[in-house]
Amino acid sequence: MPDQSHAHQATASVEQRVAAIEAAFDDRGMKPRESVEEFQRLADEQWVPQNGARVVARAWTDPAFRQRLLANGREAVLELGISMPAHHRHLVVLENTPTLQNVIVCTLCSCTAFTVIGLPPDWYKDLEYRARAVRQSRTVLREMGLDLPPEIEIRVWDTTADTRYMVLPVQPPETVGWLEEKLAGIVSQDSMIGVARL
Amino acid sequence: MDGIHDLGGKQGFGRVRYSPKARTFHESWEKRVNALYSLAVKRGIFNMDEYRHAIERMEPRHYLSASYYERSLTSLATLCVEKGVVTLEELERRAHGSFPISAPSAPGRSNVPERERFQPGDRVRVRVDHVAGHVRMPGYIRGKTGVVVSESPAYPFPDALAHGVDAVDEPTYDVRFRAEDLWPNSADPALVHVGVFQSYLQHAP
Repeated sequence: MPDQSHAHQATASVEQRVAAIEAAFDDRGMKPRESVEEFQRLADEQWVPQNGARVVARAWTDPAFRQRLLANGREAVLELGISMPAHHRHLVVLENTPTLQNVIVCTLCSCTAFTVIGLPPDWYKDLEYRARAVRQSRTVLREMGLDLPPEIEIRVWDTTADTRYMVLPVQPPETVGWLEEKLAGIVSQDSMIGVARL
Repeated sequence: MDGIHDLGGKQGFGRVRYSPKARTFHESWEKRVNALYSLAVKRGIFNMDEYRHAIERMEPRHYLSASYYERSLTSLATLCVEKGVVTLEELERRAHGSFPISAPSAPGRSNVPERERFQPGDRVRVRVDHVAGHVRMPGYIRGKTGVVVSESPAYPFPDALAHGVDAVDEPTYDVRFRAEDLWPNSADPALVHVGVFQSYLQHAP
């Protein structure tokens, strides 16, 4: 019998393919299992939207912090103990107003300021959002449940380089005077991506 | 490269499959892929631009049908094979089946020699460059005119970094375009901001 040809071999499942790489790494002493456990912890506990929510709540209650945040996002979030990877040299905070809605997308891949606003939700990485958000912004937002009146201008930010973005939502008027901790509880990840208003 | 990954403005896609408070991960292997490629980056096997470019080099039908994390997995495997960490034969033996990887890379490029400086308010045009290798210029801004809003700190030049080509760091410019200029008569009115590397830009006439 001749050797089995590649062409006739069925494609391995994704689980089998991941296991193959993990086993190859393990064989080379790279300790992949430790990395998987560490990543699990970071994904579940560290890179979560609650970080960005704390930033937003602080910006709503502390005008001096808000100024620092808008001037240099990376430095300002450090004040709250939130760091960004070395290659994210720049965090631009996009301030919504009653007449302006900022929206973030990455058309080329799916980049985000994940240490601040959390690892991105599934739909953010889907082909539909990446293809349409830049060209049909108002339509896409409406389909996602955010029906903006015509007087609200839309600005879309395509994360094509290493600058990272987060949206600073408008504080709901009924929450003025709330404590920072309670305010952080109403800030959703979607509002920091810009597909929802609070 | 003018690859299948360059999705901005492509038509024919339907509604975003959106749900509030959607999850990042759905299956346990997805986190493992993310952890394994992070480990490879940490160990210096490849950098993030090589990682992105290996996704872009996926066979287009595979790219479109793969989930986000299957694309990560394919890039990770491709680069481990190309860098000599493991052979494709070993991966396929361990996986008990064929293991699709990306197509080979074209040569990269360094910074454009005649780079210009820009100030906020300058009108700029995106150069009409067709780059065979990695590039962070979405196709929808090629040849289009916009206005500079700000300049970023200097960053490693991805067109070079994805290919091991020497280059100097250069800034990106936040350039504001009108959706109506990008897709005349065929877009929702909006301002579209793109982070554009200095090498991709020239002063508008």
